[in-house]
Amino acid sequence: MSAATDTLTARDGVSTRLSDTLWRRPKLLLVLLLLPPVLWLGIIYLGSLFALLLQSFFSIDHFSGLINYEFTLRTYAELFTPANFDIIVRTVTMAACTTLASAVIAFPIACYAARFAKGRWRAVFYLGIMMPLWSSYLVKIYAWKLILAKEGILTWALEGLHLNWLLDAYLALPVVGGNSLSVSTTGTFIVFVYVWMPFMILPIQAALERVPVSMLEASGDLGARPGQTFRHVLFPLALPGIVAGSIFTFSLTLGDYIIPQIIGTSRLFIGQAVYQHQGIAGNIPLAAAFAVVPIVIMGVYLYIAKRMGAFDAL
Amino acid sequence: MSAVSFDHVSRHFGEVKAVDGVSLDIPEGEFFAMLGPSGSGKTTCLRLIAGFERPTSGRISIFGEQVADLPPYKRHVNTVFQDYALFPHLNVIDNVAYGLMIAGQGRKARHAAAEQALEMVRLGGYGTRKPSELSGGQRQRVALARALVNKPRVLLLDEPLGALDLKLREQMQEELKGLQRQLGITFVFVTHDQGEALSMADRVAVFNEGRIIQVGAPEDIYFRPEVPFVADFVGSSNVLPAPLVARLTGTESPAAIRPERVRLAGEGPLKAVVTGLSFLGLSTRVTLDVEGTRMTALLPQDAARPTVGETVALAWAEGDLHLMRGGA
Repeated sequence: MSAATDTLTARDGVSTRLSDTLWRRPKLLLVLLLLPPVLWLGIIYLGSLFALLLQSFFSIDHFSGLINYEFTLRTYAELFTPANFDIIVRTVTMAACTTLASAVIAFPIACYAARFAKGRWRAVFYLGIMMPLWSSYLVKIYAWKLILAKEGILTWALEGLHLNWLLDAYLALPVVGGNSLSVSTTGTFIVFVYVWMPFMILPIQAALERVPVSMLEASGDLGARPGQTFRHVLFPLALPGIVAGSIFTFSLTLGDYIIPQIIGTSRLFIGQAVYQHQGIAGNIPLAAAFAVVPIVIMGVYLYIAKRMGAFDAL
Repeated sequence: MSAVSFDHVSRHFGEVKAVDGVSLDIPEGEFFAMLGPSGSGKTTCLRLIAGFERPTSGRISIFGEQVADLPPYKRHVNTVFQDYALFPHLNVIDNVAYGLMIAGQGRKARHAAAEQALEMVRLGGYGTRKPSELSGGQRQRVALARALVNKPRVLLLDEPLGALDLKLREQMQEELKGLQRQLGITFVFVTHDQGEALSMADRVAVFNEGRIIQVGAPEDIYFRPEVPFVADFVGSSNVLPAPLVARLTGTESPAAIRPERVRLAGEGPLKAVVTGLSFLGLSTRVTLDVEGTRMTALLPQDAARPTVGETVALAWAEGDLHLMRGGA
């Protein structure tokens, strides 16, 4: 035996042999690395989604309260009864308004963060955006209830400014108004916008950061006024970020059932409908059918966004 | 009338004087190069002309019009950016037609004009592609077409060839020069590459530390540098220190002599020790030590080559030793 062979065999432990095997068979390594996530995604995640989808094609016997395990579209038809359809329209409208308001408010903030904030101010910005995400969701919502309540700080502040006639006039409006902001649709809207705002700011900021300054200068150089540069260059380039943000705000609003329960009117949102049907009423099929609605809406939404070229600048 | 004129223009960023009291006149139709190391203020000067920066003090005029208070979109100049700055969400034809669209031209007219501009830069038929599908050289041409289609009175080019490889760069140099001659537009060209500036420009301004050190025709800059910085930066001249020159000529000032003008002779005013030889193909570079000052000489291939360590005499023709001002 030569000395060279000796040095090679000298480090021949179990882990060395295992490393050697994996090095010789990179495919085996790939399979080992991918197995856990594929199992998770395939069985636990998509599997339960599929089970949910399956449930929605069953129906409930309204007399016995038992689930009838036969394929039917009757449960889906039930979604289109006026009472249920109202819930869908109300939720989608709320999600759309929340998304739009979030985008409008988030854009300047993201713009500032991406273009102008430097050093310490950048850190302050991130802290300001992220800190609300660290505190409990429920605490934030109850805090808002206190702010918006009839005896709350907002009413108190407006009284001090002698402006409470303005609030009263607004609350007298149909649909958006109510007894106080905390039990009005407007209150629900304000809290939705507040809670989901970071999810809109961060993707827009990321998109804007990828736009080089020279591109905006080039637009100005070619004769575009700032407004035109915004319309033809900045906005299209930020659009993937806006769409990404809107996916968050839109789908999170579609599915939420806690905010409208604590703040707002007694009229239901999809999330609350799902919660009640599967819990109190035991109507799993209808709950499942309701749960499919946001999925379908998001699918349609993404399809339209893609067709409109929202992802062209990706 | 001059196309661009600077009157004691300064641009300070806090303590940093990026441009410090620059005055210059660029006549209409000239190919003007701004040459200098990075941070010398040449790009800031270009951005002052384009309107991306506003001068801290001084006056800038374009064709006689004071522009210090005009935003970029009101100036009849166009820029070719160093990174090209093509709009990634628009295809090539819409990129080129962007300026015309902003000016309110109809789709058909502006696309026809854009196609024509693309043909001028030999990219006819590339209109439907996205910028991301083009090579670096092609993007550079699109950027050029996008600027030229607006028929600017002054075209500003910010190191437009910096990102291209050597061969493409040489080809684009010739094309740019040809385009400029053909269109008669004033070109202001920023570069840190002295070869590029010398080969393309009608006149070159050498920048250093925010000031213009010397302005002149390429031959003047190359053979008759006024200060050691220019001699050193533009093509690595030998700079002889003032005391040495005083002994040779009686004038106490630094002097420059081009390496290719230095001859090794049996008899000569200067003695030098050969410290190195490198073969460059067409010539041989000889590094010399002249009483502690490093000099180089370029010998033609057929000349007799010295050996390292040998003491030689240096000679040159009258007029090749160029006296300069001291200082920078």
